Amino acid sequence: MTSFSKPALDIRNLRTEFRIGGRWYPAVRNLSVSLMPNETLAVVGESGSGKSVTALSILRLLPSAGARIDSGEILFDGRNLAMLSEREMSAIRGNSIAMIFQEPMTSLNPTMTIGEQIAEAIIIHRGGRHSEALAEALRLLKEVKIGSPESRLHDYPHQFSGGMRQRVMIAMALACHPKILLADEPTTALDVTIQAQVLKQLDELKQAYGMSVLFITHNLGVVAQIADRVAVMYAGEIVELASVEALFAKPMHPYTAALLGAMPRADRASESLEPIPGGAPTLTTMPPGCAYAPRCSFKQRSCSELRPELLACGDPGHLVRCSVRLTGGMR
Amino acid sequence: MAPTISLSLSRPGGVWLAFSKNPLFWVGLVLLAAIVLIAVFAPLIAPYDPLEQNIVARLEPPSAEFLLGTDIYGRDVLSRLIYGGRISLLVGFVAILIAMTIGCTIGIIAGYVDDLFDQLVMGLLDVMLSFPTLLLGLMIAAMLGASLENLVIAIAITEIAPFARVARAPTIALKQQDFVVAGRALGFGPIRIMGVHILPNLISDVVVMSSLWMASAIRTEASLSFIGLGVPPPTPTWGSMIREGFENILDAWWLAVFPSLAILLTVLALNLLGDALRDAIDPKLRGE
Repeated sequence: MTSFSKPALDIRNLRTEFRIGGRWYPAVRNLSVSLMPNETLAVVGESGSGKSVTALSILRLLPSAGARIDSGEILFDGRNLAMLSEREMSAIRGNSIAMIFQEPMTSLNPTMTIGEQIAEAIIIHRGGRHSEALAEALRLLKEVKIGSPESRLHDYPHQFSGGMRQRVMIAMALACHPKILLADEPTTALDVTIQAQVLKQLDELKQAYGMSVLFITHNLGVVAQIADRVAVMYAGEIVELASVEALFAKPMHPYTAALLGAMPRADRASESLEPIPGGAPTLTTMPPGCAYAPRCSFKQRSCSELRPELLACGDPGHLVRCSVRLTGGMR
Repeated sequence: MAPTISLSLSRPGGVWLAFSKNPLFWVGLVLLAAIVLIAVFAPLIAPYDPLEQNIVARLEPPSAEFLLGTDIYGRDVLSRLIYGGRISLLVGFVAILIAMTIGCTIGIIAGYVDDLFDQLVMGLLDVMLSFPTLLLGLMIAAMLGASLENLVIAIAITEIAPFARVARAPTIALKQQDFVVAGRALGFGPIRIMGVHILPNLISDVVVMSSLWMASAIRTEASLSFIGLGVPPPTPTWGSMIREGFENILDAWWLAVFPSLAILLTVLALNLLGDALRDAIDPKLRGE
């Protein structure tokens, strides 16, 4: 399991669909990506690009009505998660794959003390006595650096600030020492200072626990801070996959380049910010060719006809879904 | 502030403060406590045996010897009233407990699973809701026959539907909440989610409901006993006492008036309590 060649999570050709007006439309298409042990893979994209749907597909938490995994494999620990029964999934959720959410204010049960909530996850997956689980909860609160954890163990969620609650959520997610942590915009709702603390802490915990992290965000600044590799998503598909250095130094896909151009930076005047014209296509109005073509400044006639594949472009491990770029046509 | 569905249980202090300032809450509480205590300690308080007949003292008006008079068999009305409270309160309490348990279970499951089961069960309960409580209770009681147990069952069945409705609506809202999705992401099964994460968040709504519906249950008990479908004689209940008194209302007004008053006070106390609880638990009405 610990060998470098074997991914901790391997997603192959995932296609997740939503039903709109009686027809099924893909929200995630042809998504293939692997998460290596101890790796932080950032998934970047705008709202509606399929980032969260990907994470929810992995844990099979999509609403039972109106959403389905149409095809593809999600390989974890030698099993295809897409094919497991609900009971088998329950044993994996929170145990070997955990998830933290964007909104810490509402992600905790308001009627339970946080100690009970953390202990609950431990008892369910690991069994054992209630007192032992509470002791472990206390240890976890210390680990995520909650001040005076002994007394806070018995506090209710509304007695915590947003940043503290997100730490509690992280403690809950870590309770069973998961191999994989899915973090769905965990810092988006937090202040910038708190955000930096939580990011640092996540990184330390990742090292300590030997986890792989799938980090979903729309904030490229956060990506630079935390990720090893980056997958850029647009309209339900990965348009570029690269190491974080390669992506920032040499973005290949026009969309990635545009995203970086739209990111505020301290070393440039704000006039140089370039918004991307137009908007992302909706599920029901997906263009037949390249999904980004209508907004792309390098568009050629073939782009709106043929859907490009995600292919290697020179550097090892740098994949891009752009036929113009791959044939060297963009200058 | 986070838009939490209910703050009640996580903030007992705030709720307590809110209704301790409400004078109607205290009126309701004292009244109900008095009624319950009298019923519980009936053997100590009642001056006579409620079943003991005394032919010599038939239809005595209220006097120093018989504070609330005597009935057609010479039984002491005050003693019968005190013992009758036991039945009325017991029927109301047990029936509501049963209705609440079954109704909540159905409502939460229906709200959580949202498919054919939901539509089927809620449709069925809507049919039940469309009957007036008394009519439905009358049909069930007539079908089962007159006894204490059957009375409780009949009243419980009539009040399952409103409890299911009250539990289902917040369940639908709660299951979309992040902490329920987060719970699923931690591997909690549906039974645990419904029992540990959804139920405590809606129980306050249900408890408020139950105090109001208990008043209704006591009224239904009285009505069913009045038309002879309640507890068979000679056991005193408020409803059956009113019926007996009703037959002699022109000769002996006290026979019907005092049990009616007892029902009135009990229902009033429960409604005052229920209203105060609802106001205290609803943050919008608390006005902070």
